[in-house]
Amino acid sequence: MPEVNMAQAPAAMAAAKPVLNVRNLEAWYGESHILHGIDFDVNAGEVVTLLGRNGAGKTTTLKSIMGIIGKRTGSVGFGGKEIIRASSDRIARMGVAFCPEERGIFASLDVRENLVLPPVVKRNGGLTLDQIFDLFPNLKERLKSQGTKLSGGEQQMLAIARILRTGASFLMLDEPTEGLAPVIIQQIGHTIARLKKEGFTILLVEQNFRFAATVADRYYIVEHGKIIDGFTNSELQSNMDKLHTYLGV
Amino acid sequence: MQALYAQLLVGLINGSFYALLSLGLAVIFGMLNIINFAHGALYMMGAFCAYFLLSLIGLSYWWALIIAPIVVGIFGMILERTLLKWIAGLDHLYGFLLTFGVALILQGVFQNYFGSSGLPYAIPDELRGGMNLGFMFLPIYRGWVVIFSLIVCIATWFLIEKTRLGAYLRAATENPTLVRAFGINVPRMITLTYGLGVGLAALAGVLSAPINQVRPLMGADLIIVVFAVVVIGGMGSIMGSIVTGFALGVIEGLTKYFYPEASNTVVFVFMVLVLLVKPTGLTGRAA
Repeated sequence: MPEVNMAQAPAAMAAAKPVLNVRNLEAWYGESHILHGIDFDVNAGEVVTLLGRNGAGKTTTLKSIMGIIGKRTGSVGFGGKEIIRASSDRIARMGVAFCPEERGIFASLDVRENLVLPPVVKRNGGLTLDQIFDLFPNLKERLKSQGTKLSGGEQQMLAIARILRTGASFLMLDEPTEGLAPVIIQQIGHTIARLKKEGFTILLVEQNFRFAATVADRYYIVEHGKIIDGFTNSELQSNMDKLHTYLGV
Repeated sequence: MQALYAQLLVGLINGSFYALLSLGLAVIFGMLNIINFAHGALYMMGAFCAYFLLSLIGLSYWWALIIAPIVVGIFGMILERTLLKWIAGLDHLYGFLLTFGVALILQGVFQNYFGSSGLPYAIPDELRGGMNLGFMFLPIYRGWVVIFSLIVCIATWFLIEKTRLGAYLRAATENPTLVRAFGINVPRMITLTYGLGVGLAALAGVLSAPINQVRPLMGADLIIVVFAVVVIGGMGSIMGSIVTGFALGVIEGLTKYFYPEASNTVVFVFMVLVLLVKPTGLTGRAA
């Protein structure tokens, strides 16, 4: 495989300002070396998707950016600041918000408490509760329910909703469509498109590339803990064969 | 009949101490996942703190109610930062052994300087005397202990179940990593939680000083029963530990009246029964 600097690969976006620069990011779970030097950029206002097979290192990449993985090296620049050594609470307060794959809805909190749990990190940046209920009308009716009593789709919406009011403008969503019905997936797609319009920058991890194709501006392919390719949405059709090989679909 | 009421009152008083101590244990267990065996020694330190405040600088009982929980709470936070922090995430056994060791050291130090006999601590003037309720004579100080403990327990419950800070606490009990990734300084919250739990123990110590005297081993005797209370109520349950604390105090008091020989064992018999029927305790969640 040719060594190219994937960060610059999609030339179309070269003029935009990067919010996130990841360079030579390596990460370990205990003894096992998961990321072997990840390089990519995310520009302001973009939706960027990390695609790849199970175990390729997509989730680990998000967790490493968030500061959740204990052992990590390389460089993660966010808003011009180096955050590779920062603790996850500090990274969050800089404006990075994370929606984990397992959603992380708290059973001992009701829906309202779950929704307002993440503290506001930047004033005047986040959505108001009314705007959130406008996006997710279901949640408004279930505010008193226990968080984990919601359906899978509602839990996913709650998990996304609660990071929208904090003022963080950079969202990392880990497989938001996993295990959900097509109609819910569509709704989440609309939500992501709407968030992009509102000015959020989104880094998405997906296995469902049909879904990703409806929302993303650019794609990076992750394999064995490295970025092996990248292209823009407009280059998607001409790269379909490659993509099928990468993802094995 | 007078004797029955008297025993009921003693039961309620003991129940107050059980509730305050098991509440602290529940808060600490929920957040740190540590079975804090040093709790009895910290309760004893609360009582000693009140004693020193009065005998060395002449600060009254009322000051002790405020200062002792803060001083012992800070001592607890130092303990958490220097010792307990390192065993976070390990098996319960490590926390148990470490805090048990801490308890032995603290009790040993106090015993070395103050012996085993009790130091007197007078009931504050404002709470002396008693009230004739018609059916029984109520010493005012004892009534105060029951009511004040109840208020503190309910305030703590409110803090944890109904406030934003409490929501952080409950969420961090479930998934500290994610709560931290939302921007909350979880390690600092853990330290403060330990301080809060320990502060409750110290407060119980101050309340107990005028009733039980101030003794280095006052906590060691009590803590075994309190652990039984916690097991019965269910580890980590806030309301469970409050209700069970008071209820078992009363049951103990009633036993003292009806069958005094069993009064020291009734709590443990209860514990065995509960463990047989519902191993997670009456209100507990699975560990």
